Amino acid sequence: MATESTGDYETYYVPEKSWLAFSATIGLVLGIYGAASVLNEKTFGDGITSSSVYMLSVGAAILAVTLYSWFSTVIQENRAGMNSAQLKHSYALGMQWFIFSEVMFFFAFFGALFYVRMLAGPWLAGGGEGGAMNALLWQGYEFSWPMASTPQESVGGAGAQLIANNGSFSSPHAFVDPWHLPLYNTLLLLSSSVTVHFAHVALKQGQRSRFNWWLGGTLLLGFAFVLLQIEEYYEAYTELGLTLESGIYGSTFFMLTGFHGFHVCLGAFMLGIQWLRSVRGGHFTADDHFGFEASSWYWHFVDVVWIGLFLFVYII
Amino acid sequence: MGDHHHGPAKGITRWLTTTNHKDIGTMYLWFSFAMFLLGGAFAMVIRAELFQPGLQLIEPAFFNQMTTMHGLIMVFGAIMPAFVGLANWMIPLMIGAPDMALPRMNNWSFWILPFAFAILASSFFMEGGAPNFGWTFYAPLSTTYAPPSVTFFIFGVHILGLSSIMGAINIAATVMNMRAPGMTYMKMPLFVWTWFITAYLLIAVMPVLAGAVTMMLMDIHFGTSFFSAAGGGDPVLFQHIFWFFGHPEVYIIILPGFGVVSQVIPTFSRKRLFGYDSMVYATASIAFLSFIVWAHHMYTVGMPVAGELFFMYATMLIAVPTGVKVFNWISTMWRGAMTFETPMLFAIGFVVLFTMGGFTGLMLAIAPADFQYHDSYFVVAHFHYTMVAGAIFSMTCAVYYWLPKWCGRMYNETLGKTQFWVSFVGFNLTFFPQHFVGLAGMPRRIPDYALQFADFNLMSSVGAFIYGASQLLFLYNVVATIVAGEPVEKEQVWEGAEGLEWTVASPAPYHTFTTPPDVK
Amino acid sequence: MSCKINRLIGSTRIAIVALFSVVASGAGAEEVQRWRVNMEPGVTEIGSRIYDLHMTVFWICVVIGVAVFGVMLYSIYSHRKSRGVTPATFHESTLVEVAWTVVPFLILIAMAVPATTTLIDIYNTDESEVDILVTGYQWKWKYEYINEGGENVSFFSTLSTPRSEIDNEDEKNTNYLLEVDEPLVIPVGKKVRFLVTAYDVIHAWWVPALAVKKDAIPGFINETWTLALEEGVYRGQCAELCGKDHGFMPIVVKVVSESEYHEWLGEKVAQASEIKELMSQQFDLDQLVERGDEVYQRNCLACHGAQGEGGVGAAIAGSAIAMGEVAGHLDSIVNGVPGTAMQAFGNQLNDVDLAAVTTYQRNAFGNNMGDLVQPIDVYNFKQGQ
Ligand code: HEA
Ligand code: HEA
Ligand code: HEC
Ligand code: CUA
Ligand SMILES: [Cu+2]
Repeated sequence: MATESTGDYETYYVPEKSWLAFSATIGLVLGIYGAASVLNEKTFGDGITSSSVYMLSVGAAILAVTLYSWFSTVIQENRAGMNSAQLKHSYALGMQWFIFSEVMFFFAFFGALFYVRMLAGPWLAGGGEGGAMNALLWQGYEFSWPMASTPQESVGGAGAQLIANNGSFSSPHAFVDPWHLPLYNTLLLLSSSVTVHFAHVALKQGQRSRFNWWLGGTLLLGFAFVLLQIEEYYEAYTELGLTLESGIYGSTFFMLTGFHGFHVCLGAFMLGIQWLRSVRGGHFTADDHFGFEASSWYWHFVDVVWIGLFLFVYII
Repeated sequence: MGDHHHGPAKGITRWLTTTNHKDIGTMYLWFSFAMFLLGGAFAMVIRAELFQPGLQLIEPAFFNQMTTMHGLIMVFGAIMPAFVGLANWMIPLMIGAPDMALPRMNNWSFWILPFAFAILASSFFMEGGAPNFGWTFYAPLSTTYAPPSVTFFIFGVHILGLSSIMGAINIAATVMNMRAPGMTYMKMPLFVWTWFITAYLLIAVMPVLAGAVTMMLMDIHFGTSFFSAAGGGDPVLFQHIFWFFGHPEVYIIILPGFGVVSQVIPTFSRKRLFGYDSMVYATASIAFLSFIVWAHHMYTVGMPVAGELFFMYATMLIAVPTGVKVFNWISTMWRGAMTFETPMLFAIGFVVLFTMGGFTGLMLAIAPADFQYHDSYFVVAHFHYTMVAGAIFSMTCAVYYWLPKWCGRMYNETLGKTQFWVSFVGFNLTFFPQHFVGLAGMPRRIPDYALQFADFNLMSSVGAFIYGASQLLFLYNVVATIVAGEPVEKEQVWEGAEGLEWTVASPAPYHTFTTPPDVK
Repeated sequence: MSCKINRLIGSTRIAIVALFSVVASGAGAEEVQRWRVNMEPGVTEIGSRIYDLHMTVFWICVVIGVAVFGVMLYSIYSHRKSRGVTPATFHESTLVEVAWTVVPFLILIAMAVPATTTLIDIYNTDESEVDILVTGYQWKWKYEYINEGGENVSFFSTLSTPRSEIDNEDEKNTNYLLEVDEPLVIPVGKKVRFLVTAYDVIHAWWVPALAVKKDAIPGFINETWTLALEEGVYRGQCAELCGKDHGFMPIVVKVVSESEYHEWLGEKVAQASEIKELMSQQFDLDQLVERGDEVYQRNCLACHGAQGEGGVGAAIAGSAIAMGEVAGHLDSIVNGVPGTAMQAFGNQLNDVDLAAVTTYQRNAFGNNMGDLVQPIDVYNFKQGQ
């Protein structure tokens, strides 16, 4: 930032007014209200009504259209040269803080994983200072990770447990082998981080077609990852008996990998847009390509989260 | 485009489409005040039911909804948006920026809020009623045993969290990127500093809260067992995640208040803030410590003793940096030349009463003693001393202090002072006796109580009505000022005030600092 | 230090309180202790140590507060503009900054020492002589004696304050909301260990005078203990929000002499085996209805109403379930209705009571089914599931 006086100051572009935010709100709120209704009808009601589904879809559509035009506006403004270096830095900061918030979101789920593995699980089996007497409630329960049986199963099912029946949790008969699909996924994602970096280098050197190829390659790797992940889920449900209802092991497994998978999709979507922008619109120059840069930061973040997953969810 | 000098659009679309930090700040402030009245009205219902032993007005089930919604609305609807509004108005003015860094997103952060709270409020009309599991929504009362409206509550929390995160990102980016040339970090007004750190806290913990409610959602609708021992989970896991968010949250609530007071006391003491640097470091230390003390809300859940001790020591440590702040404020007053306009009264009220709340906090931090205090009215007294006399007093202080700058008119000083004294008396009458009943053994969150608590509860209720009435006085004073206050005309409203906001006209023009000022 | 002094004060207070309660009990009825402003040391050693800690920290805070606010008030008084002062210009001093960082830190250490030792002692649950499993239910407590001599002794403890007092129709008695149908009984001078857990949601078992508060977490067992030094009746309440009637699940603990305790326990054991015997007996309609009436009053009335008219629960009068198949009716009662406030009473009531209340519901409130359900029917129903 300039340390001295105002002479060469570039005006900071402040958009005069905009319907984008309000329209995004309407979309978001409709969508959320619809989603909540759908869930409640599923769990507590007599079946999902079409009006809730309708509300959800309309909301999502409004939100999608709004976000599309929001980002287009931002891109057009930039291409029209309205964004000062300072404004661009604001966008960069915004993205960085956003990624930090995402890190903290995953932190909550990793925290849950560590807590149940290292503390709650052993306690339920009567071990440790925190649960010396819990064996009274869960006679015969032995803790292991991956979890071979749920406390409920070890006492003979929901009817036999000494606490209220809040659902039935059945353990899987086998677990995901980390050295199979997850290993491939690790390689895929790691190499995609490398390719996206090469794309970045190419862009900085102004070599557009190399950039397009590297970025396209990254996308393919990303898609392959998602496909394998779907395959893994399919196997988990059909062959392993590993489901969301498989007690805390299934819960943490699917929540962590699921949210990660969702973020991969989001990241791939972002990169895909950048790819289209470059291929179709010839966007980006060697020193102005924030859209791509932000997406690649996001991609690297998703990659790092995966390393954590591979280590703590699959291997250890 | 690019011409920043025409005024706002006309009519309602001005507010729906605005990207102006002052407009958005104004909307935040009015919205939060409306929420304060709503949350306050719920508190009045609570106090009316607790006026006497026995069930008079409402059913226990509804009482729980009142308590829950009171806490939620006050924390998420009143205080947090109030301070975000203040940040919107003041940070660009204080650092010499033309606007917030990301103006359109700013508008989005605001507009989500009224809808998020509309969703929450709509749950009153749903089958099973509104959320009734306390503002801390411990599982499994909030999962398996919750009314169906909990789904709406969960999504409501998601989007208001989204709003907070976007608001905080905006503030952080503004502070980092929009300072006028020469405005180094260590020259920023303390209010900006406290908000910068608050923004960091918000971005760090709101996603954790989102994670917590997401796990609830999964437990309720998709058969996971995060909070159910039968599947290997643990209800206490919820509490750990919640309080990992919840404790930093209480500093999110108070730090901007510290900032306000650090602006106001020097002004009316006509003396520079004592120990600026140490104020900054103290704020940062509080923020750091706030991440490692969360389990002091959970001393009775049966943690291993080592954990208990760790959290006790860490919690006690927070008294040190907070003490530094208190001492600095008093040293700022020392040998100043003080006058006692309404903002100064509220600032002094803040220092005294917040410190008392801090003392009870320190008592609560002592784990063995907390076995007796926990979930009693002693805790209720503690957090109203910190949140009402802390956050609300500092917010009121801020409104009186900057109102002349916002609307170019002076409020009625007599009315302001009257409001202060009515508030002060009403507040203490409400919450001081709660220490007594708490120590004598009255649990919180109960609609009816044993006879020995009757006298103090009666006092407390009377005090609450007085305090509530004083808020109507406040509303009247503010509206009257906006409509028909004495115009102030000069930039420098307060004799001793320093800072860029006092270099622009009163009322502050729609666009300020389109070219940045020079900071010496 | 002041800590010792406090302990001294603390123990004299115990003596005074004890004296007082003797006088009071001599005078007859308990009195409502109005205007109580402070914690009480209670009747345990830990309790008085907590009390001392509380008072120590309290007085330290008072002293700091007086000093800080004193300086402030002085400044407010003498450094006012109206007195024509000119403001000083100092705004920094490393020396004082360091001082007021270090001194509070030292004070904190002084507080942390007694806090730590007390905490460690509280966590020592070894060598107890009586073990009681305390389970929180919405909204009552279940107590089970689990060491030898007390096998099979287990009972529920429910609020006994009449509805009419809560609804302000009758005058409230001294122990309003702090009274139960069956109090917990423990011996004086013996270390009693509580294993605290919950059936449904989180509750917390809190008796101030015994210096015990522990959360009851469904699926986990927390341990805590007390050692009461004086006989008497001590009252507390559930301390964790647990739903609608959180305010109405009190705890009453009777601390009695050892011999009295054993006598009581013996009776309880006898009662338990009596019930066992009753389980295999046949009853006639009147016997069942009479017993069922009692069970209903105690367990069902709160939700289903005095006339079976319903409320929180469904109406029993004219209910299709209560007037339908016995199996369906038993199913509602034994297994509850999932997802509603109707709990599974199958393991809360014994088979005799279950049979009685079912029979009662089928014949009261104008239901007049005329049929009856025997304990053995309940037993068979449970087995058949
Ligand atoms: C603005 C909000 C706010 C603030 C600032 C604080 C500040 C503090 N709080 Fe508080 N607290 C809450 C809001 C807040 N709290 C809420 C909402 C709850 C209840 C939540 C719920 O359950 O619903 C709660 C509950 C709560 C508990 C749990 C009680 C229980 O449930 O059993 C504890 C326990 O340690 C605690 C401790 C503290 C401490 C040590 C501080 C410290 O930061 C205080 C530090 C300040 C001082 C100490 C005073 C000034 C210092 C000096 C003058 C220096 C010299 C002093 C000494 C050396 C003594 N708080
Ligand atoms: C910032 C937060 C904040 C604020 C400002 C307040 C403000 C007040 N609070 Fe609250 N409170 C909480 C946060 C807050 N509270 C939280 C987090 C809880 C815990 C919830 C839980 O247990 O889950 C709680 C719980 C709580 C309880 C305990 C309930 C229980 O345990 O069952 C009580 C009881 O007295 C109470 C009272 C009050 C009162 C009288 C005010 C007053 O200051 C309010 C004054 C404002 C008004 C009154 C509004 C203005 C006037 C009108 C709308 C007109 C009508 C007025 C009249 C007719 C007089 N609060
Ligand atoms: C905390 C509240 C509560 C208590 C206590 C309670 N019930 Fe219920 N009960 C309910 C509710 C709510 C329903 C309705 C469930 C539904 O929606 O199907 C119900 C339904 C029933 C039904 C089915 C009636 C019908 O027509 O649906 C029977 C039988 C019954 N209860 C018996 C009992 C008995 C016997 C007891 C005491 C031993 C008892 N209940 C105690 C809340 C309660
Ligand atoms: Cu049980 Cu509160
Ligand atoms: Cu805290």
